[in-house]
Amino acid sequence: MNIIVYLIPVAIGLGLLGLVGFLWSVLSNQYDDLDGAAHRILIDEDAPLKAGPKVSE
Amino acid sequence: MTAFTSPVETGCPSGLAPPSRAVTADFSPFVRKKNGLNTLTLSVRGAKCGGCLSKIEMAVSAQPGVQQARLNLSNGKLFVAWTGETTAEEIAGRVSGLGYGVSAFSEDTSANAAKSEERGLLISMGVAAFALANIMLLSVSVWGGHGEMGEATRNVLHGISGLIAFPVLIFSGRHFFQSAYAVLKHGQTNMDVPISLALILAFGVSIWETMTGGQHAYFDASVMLLFFLLIGRFLDARLRRQAHAAAHDLAALQNRSINRLSTSGRVEAVRAEQIETGDMIMLAAGERAVIDLKITKGESGIDESLVTGESLPRTVGVGETLYAGSLNLDHPIQGEALSAASDSLLSQIADMLEAGEQKRARYRQIADKAVTLYVPFVHTTAALAFLAWLMIGASVHQAILVAVSTLIITCPCALALAAPVAQVVASGHLFKRGVFLRSGDALERLAEIDHVVLDKTGTLTLGTPRLSSEHGSELAQAAQLARASRHPLSRAIVDAAGAGPIAEQITEHAGLGVEGWIDGERFRLGSAEWVGQPETPDTHMASLWLVGEQGAPISFKFEDQLQSDARDTIDPLKQQGFSIEILSGDTPEAVARVAERLSIETWHGRVTPTGKADRLAALQEEGKKVLMVGDGLNDAGALALAHASLAPGGAMDVSQSASDAVYSGGLSAIRTVLGVAKRTKWVMLQNFGLAAAYNCIAVPIAVTGHVTPLIAAIAMSASSLIVTLNALRLNRGTP
Repeated sequence: MNIIVYLIPVAIGLGLLGLVGFLWSVLSNQYDDLDGAAHRILIDEDAPLKAGPKVSE
Repeated sequence: MTAFTSPVETGCPSGLAPPSRAVTADFSPFVRKKNGLNTLTLSVRGAKCGGCLSKIEMAVSAQPGVQQARLNLSNGKLFVAWTGETTAEEIAGRVSGLGYGVSAFSEDTSANAAKSEERGLLISMGVAAFALANIMLLSVSVWGGHGEMGEATRNVLHGISGLIAFPVLIFSGRHFFQSAYAVLKHGQTNMDVPISLALILAFGVSIWETMTGGQHAYFDASVMLLFFLLIGRFLDARLRRQAHAAAHDLAALQNRSINRLSTSGRVEAVRAEQIETGDMIMLAAGERAVIDLKITKGESGIDESLVTGESLPRTVGVGETLYAGSLNLDHPIQGEALSAASDSLLSQIADMLEAGEQKRARYRQIADKAVTLYVPFVHTTAALAFLAWLMIGASVHQAILVAVSTLIITCPCALALAAPVAQVVASGHLFKRGVFLRSGDALERLAEIDHVVLDKTGTLTLGTPRLSSEHGSELAQAAQLARASRHPLSRAIVDAAGAGPIAEQITEHAGLGVEGWIDGERFRLGSAEWVGQPETPDTHMASLWLVGEQGAPISFKFEDQLQSDARDTIDPLKQQGFSIEILSGDTPEAVARVAERLSIETWHGRVTPTGKADRLAALQEEGKKVLMVGDGLNDAGALALAHASLAPGGAMDVSQSASDAVYSGGLSAIRTVLGVAKRTKWVMLQNFGLAAAYNCIAVPIAVTGHVTPLIAAIAMSASSLIVTLNALRLNRGTP
């Protein structure tokens, strides 16, 4: 049963990680426009290529 | 970039909203400048889908100097940041050119407060969820190891749970504690008092149990309670904020700039709120008056359909008063600003609005009624259970445990979720159908409606005249003259004739007609009196005459067209048992014609704004629950006074803010709203019924002392889940 001495802190640590991620997403305004985010992913960004020295092959 | 290949396609590419081109006034007073970077927030109406999003953002980004253009699809705010010479008007014009309504948006401080409250609740909810998950992890081991787990291990697990629960309870529970403390200070009570009591007692008993090595700790139950309650609280706050944002949005429509004439004769664009009594205002042709004016110079035809409901334009001259909401049709005019505080139409209507708001504040929601029943019931039951256990010889410790478990399990979660979830689902459902609900409790009032009062101009009818007589080549000639005019009748002729050439040397005479040369012949298009024809009374809404130098004069007849779905809306409403009535400011003849065509028996014509409000008060006196549907400034008082009210999307701003919901896409929305409201109320009642039924089962178990933390956890989550799932049914099917 000594294993729980490690496992419980690990579990709580993972939970905290998730919590931090959630707080970050809230504080960086990611829930402000739920409708827009759903549509934005579908927008085709095939704008004309800009002239420049760097051309990816 | 397909959006640009077809210039004809305007508005939402998915057809979710009709294209509109709102007034493009002066936006420069709303631009904020900082380090050479200009920023502007625009309120965009009509953007509904991803197509709109990319169309608008790409078009604006393509403007020179624009660094960022981001549209928030949820609330229709377009944020633009740019440098250089591009003006705010060019940017706004770009958006309105695509077929969307644009108005300037100024930041609202109270909205920010509401937003931070909502965000605070969301964070508290996340923290509670984290704690719940971790405590459950430990609790499940305790439940699973029941009988086998050693006492030391159990105590350690309880201890860790308590260490997690304590800070979370303080952090996430503060919303309830603060609110409970605030009302208790005033000797009152609300839902948060039993909630706080249950949370504190459950936590306190659990600490005691842990320290004395007891079997049951309720850390999981108290955090779960907190989590579910925060969901309800968050949904409620979100709905309220959206309603508030909608109101502010509508107010933002007033954010049109006004052209003020300074004493030196210079014209400057200023915001409406900067105007003071006595300021000289310049009103260009095609511009809508934002404040009441007394005309000092010029003469012009004005469209007052939004103010009085009169469908035909009127000519005003020096010395006359022009009310806010009137549209100047053909000539620039100058006027002196009349203070809103004076005895203007706007201030009268503002008084009526206030009276209506106060009346509505007195409306008691179902949820409030449920709480007043619930709180004494739970507290008495818990107290009685405590006393009863003491009397049959249990220890104080055991009796307290029973009382606390009663408080926990008669969980207000289901109760706290019952109304908000149903309202959130219903308002989302209505939003998809083009109805924007301004407050959640409006649904309850809408569900009680039995009498529908409709305005005529702009609500039952399109509000714009349509050519109703048949013509051949004369129509093309008339159109050549009409293309130079903004008068509604001219517009109707152009609509019928389509695109084409324009006559030469056109002059427009305010309130009379248009004169011009076509192929060397002088033509006049205007009123019968002006062209020298006898006025013939007939059943039409209006007529125009076209007179040339040779040939017989031709008359064009116009009609105010009914909304295409008027009949299909009114007939089923009647069948469903609603009584229907028309209340219009237009002439009795015009109202009678519409009433006859829709077979509506009760109608009133030429009703003043106060008359409308009086009529509504009389109807309410009779005990009728009235739904008012109207768009004009003259309806605003009645809209505020009615039991519930609706305004079409094209309505006057004041009317939109006075009503409970704003709809787009035709009258059929009335049926949708009433149907959804009825179903929502039914679902809410079901939810309260479910919560009550749950308590009927849970209370005996708790009072008899059979509640373990496991049972409390299952019962609480099950009841909340059932209530939520029941509310989600609102999304399915259509009435």
